[in-house]
Amino acid sequence: MNLRLLSVTTGRILRQLSHDRRTIALLVGVPLLLLTLLYFMFDDQEPLFDRIALVMLGVFPFITMFLVTSIAMLRERTSGTLERLLTTPLGKIDLLFGYGIAFGVAAAIQAAIASAVAYWLFGLDTRGSAGLVILIAVVNAVLGVALGLLCSAFAQTEFQAVQFLPVVAFPQIMLCGLFVARDQMVGWLEAISDVLPLSYAVEALQEVGANTDPTGTMWRDVAVVAGCVLVALILAAATLRRRTA
Amino acid sequence: MTSAIEVQDLVVERGKRRVLHGLTCTIPRGSVTGLLGPSGSGKTTLMRAIVGVQIVASGSIKVLGAPAGSAPLRHKVGYLTQAPSVYADLTVRENVRYFASLYGYGAAAADQAIADVGLAKAAGQLVGTLSGGQHSRASLACAIVGEPELLVLDEPTVGQDPVLRDELWRQFHEMAANGTTILVSSHVMDEASRCERLLLIREGRLIADDTPEAVRASAETDDLDEAFLRLIRRQEVAA
Repeated sequence: MNLRLLSVTTGRILRQLSHDRRTIALLVGVPLLLLTLLYFMFDDQEPLFDRIALVMLGVFPFITMFLVTSIAMLRERTSGTLERLLTTPLGKIDLLFGYGIAFGVAAAIQAAIASAVAYWLFGLDTRGSAGLVILIAVVNAVLGVALGLLCSAFAQTEFQAVQFLPVVAFPQIMLCGLFVARDQMVGWLEAISDVLPLSYAVEALQEVGANTDPTGTMWRDVAVVAGCVLVALILAAATLRRRTA
Repeated sequence: MTSAIEVQDLVVERGKRRVLHGLTCTIPRGSVTGLLGPSGSGKTTLMRAIVGVQIVASGSIKVLGAPAGSAPLRHKVGYLTQAPSVYADLTVRENVRYFASLYGYGAAAADQAIADVGLAKAAGQLVGTLSGGQHSRASLACAIVGEPELLVLDEPTVGQDPVLRDELWRQFHEMAANGTTILVSSHVMDEASRCERLLLIREGRLIADDTPEAVRASAETDDLDEAFLRLIRRQEVAA
């Protein structure tokens, strides 16, 4: 890893994003729109709003960054820029971490704005601090980036890439404990849920919701998600080949 | 003169098809070598093998004394892909500065490269809004930035206006005079006469490896197009 190459690559990716005003507007606006819907849906059921909004704050960055990254990486592959980059001194890890950091920054902004609105405008109530919610949201976003980088290797077209969202994200969201508590699932479903990273992310968020101070369980969960990020990035690096047929 | 590229018995297969059939050639340092042949003859495959992004079945390629694609070469080789490979959602300047920084060069080198390809006026424009010719010149600027020791250019002059094309060729020779080795592919024969050496390639086999004068002399015609044709016929008769 080369810090200079990593930082210029991160800068390049953020610059690309900054030229795309509409994407920025969507990244920031869509979570706010959904939070608003949620607020009015559970108008008089405050505890339910608190429970779902909290999980949504953490899960939304995961979904958006997964999508954005898998398309961005697919573009690098199909436009020939990836082939060109691999003939330069840039290392594979510099490129992948560049994506992780750049979209992690974007996710931090997204999560900060969404959290501000959720707490101040909609009166979201958690025992733990909003800072921890944003931290977990960013870790989730980076998980989305890492899985997006990995999945883009298995897609040849944008059509295929977007189909990976239902494959990778939906089962995780369904089994993360938001709809049915994980310990009330059939044994085999719970077992699947135990190996999906988003289950840990959601548990960490619920810990923040229920406890004033960060708990050991929360830190363990964050570490599990971070570990999954690392594994996904290493696997993604293995799919980047300098030589192709 | 020492050689910049040594290709020995290179065999490349793509799918079940053999694209290069045991090709052998050397390219001298500080020269402009033209790689000419019809579309589908294996020009791009040979160039990809030289920059080290092509899986090869057998044979060896040495570039500037090191195996093709090895880590030290990544600082020394500039590569222009046939389809322009730059970021459409960045400006020309942002693109060239990014590639310059990968090679350890700053903004001044990037601005110089932009001026060299005649894009100074469009430097602040998003690449996605450029014309086809400008788009490929933006890509060229990213390849020449920082004056690499070896430049591999896959059809750099396609679609460019004649005045600009002339200007680009003048620059290639200027760079070569300063020690850069340039391998440039084209499927237009009138560009062949601008090269110091020619590699004529057809169906994955080398038909000629010589100076334009020697190619003309051996085919007994002044017209390089005609010379190419005669050399092909001669080889077919021999086969």
